[in-house]
Amino acid sequence: MLKLPIYMDNNATTPLDPRVLNAMMPYLTESFGNAASRTHSFGWVAEAAVEKGREQIAQLINASSPDEIIFTSGATESDNLALKGVAWSYKSKGNHIITQKTEHKAILDSCKYLQKEGFEVTYLDVDKYGVVDPESVRAAITDKTILISIMYANSEIGTIQPIPQIGEIAREKGILFHCDAVQAAGKIPIDLQSTLVDLMSLSGHKLYGPKGVGALYVRKKKPFLKLTPLIHGGGHEKGKRSGTLNVPGIVGFGEACELAHRELPEEMKRLTHLRDKLREGLMAKLDYVHLNGHPEKRIPGSLNLSFEFVEGESLLMGLKDVAVSSGSACTSASLEPSYVLTAIGVGPELAHTSIRFCVGRFNTAEEVDFVIEAVVKHVTRLRELSPLYEMVLEGIDLNSIKWSAS
Amino acid sequence: MYDPKVIDHYNNPRNVGSFAKDADGVGTGIVGAPACGDVMKLQLKINDQGVIEDAKFKTFGCGSAIASSSLATEMVKGKTIDEAYAIKNTQIVNELKLPPVKIHCSVLAEDAIKAAIEDYRKKHGNATPPSAVPVRTTA
Repeated sequence: MLKLPIYMDNNATTPLDPRVLNAMMPYLTESFGNAASRTHSFGWVAEAAVEKGREQIAQLINASSPDEIIFTSGATESDNLALKGVAWSYKSKGNHIITQKTEHKAILDSCKYLQKEGFEVTYLDVDKYGVVDPESVRAAITDKTILISIMYANSEIGTIQPIPQIGEIAREKGILFHCDAVQAAGKIPIDLQSTLVDLMSLSGHKLYGPKGVGALYVRKKKPFLKLTPLIHGGGHEKGKRSGTLNVPGIVGFGEACELAHRELPEEMKRLTHLRDKLREGLMAKLDYVHLNGHPEKRIPGSLNLSFEFVEGESLLMGLKDVAVSSGSACTSASLEPSYVLTAIGVGPELAHTSIRFCVGRFNTAEEVDFVIEAVVKHVTRLRELSPLYEMVLEGIDLNSIKWSAS
Repeated sequence: MYDPKVIDHYNNPRNVGSFAKDADGVGTGIVGAPACGDVMKLQLKINDQGVIEDAKFKTFGCGSAIASSSLATEMVKGKTIDEAYAIKNTQIVNELKLPPVKIHCSVLAEDAIKAAIEDYRKKHGNATPPSAVPVRTTA
């Protein structure tokens, strides 16, 4: 029997893996010590747990040393620390930052904030699949550029960026390279020995770990990478991030990374299969369905489709047993649809009809079948209600109509 | 999140469909734009006495937009065109308990009723506006 509702929004957050909870439990109960307490066994136990977590996280991304991991409250903080920390430390060297238009808001809003402080930011365009051209990164570099920040994979459309190539360019030009890898870590292999990223943001709750814990990888390099802290206090995390460490969170995050790392090859195959099954099932039964994002260079599990002539929010209302999300902005006060879809050239007409499905560790083939059936049923019903579908069936070109502005 | 009345109209929309646009006594209003995420088509069948005998709609839009237009077709039936022209979006807002972000759905439904009546008047050579044009209110 299927258990309803079905959760298929795993890019937003993931359920905690029960194995992760098991690993965390002792640190939520009897092993409650402060990892900074050096005078008794409670502290030593907590510190050892934190160091194990650091090691597990370092292994997932093949970092050289666990010392390159700084714990934060989540990836938003990691992104802020990377951008502001580098900008403030290197402003005597230059004031230019390069990023791109489909980054997470934690990057875009941090950049906007830095612009108010006098930094200049280049927001690179992406192609119709959401991919940044590494040569456009090279072309944007000036003698004032101090940082490049490009995400590994996009949460809305799943597109994977050419991070190794951009890393080569950054290294060649001697510019620091930050990568928000929240949507890629644990889903595709990341190897920081061959991929020349200097700073990498990670999140616990996107890979079946707990919420409220993240990390910033900071490469040990010469000259030493300077990072001005955002939070001052007890000098934790080598002074880069003060505050008592979230021991159970770190234990869970570490365990989640170890599980994701161990199961990654099999899970990549399984999720890619389920995602493709979902896409093929929907496209076989419905016409006027469009894929948003890259057809191949996409994280497993991630599928963003536009169902032409059916407004996204009305479809979500029908899919009450399926938890997915929409690029339509009708749930918000503004009428602007998703900035990511806009950046890849998807017009507002199609953006309003987009639905994001994110298949994850706990989804099954049976659930995918249920979702296909439900989506087909509701899209068909809503198209019967859609004046646009009726016009297209009558042979009317929707672009030829002068619509009233509402 | 949604009022039960919105859910009811969404699940069981009233008067879905189309009349032939050029049929006698039919007025058609199409308002909104696909780029804004809302398009409503509302059609009225009006008899010789100027009474709305039947109404049909099709809507591309969120659940509240579907509910607003479905409700609008129910409200206009049996009314004279002057009475229907006087329907205000606030009546739809109150009936469906629309939150502030969804008020534009009710405005669109009011516009659709007016557009359909204007289309009917244009076709029937009676372009005189109703005696009292209601003042538009959005909340």
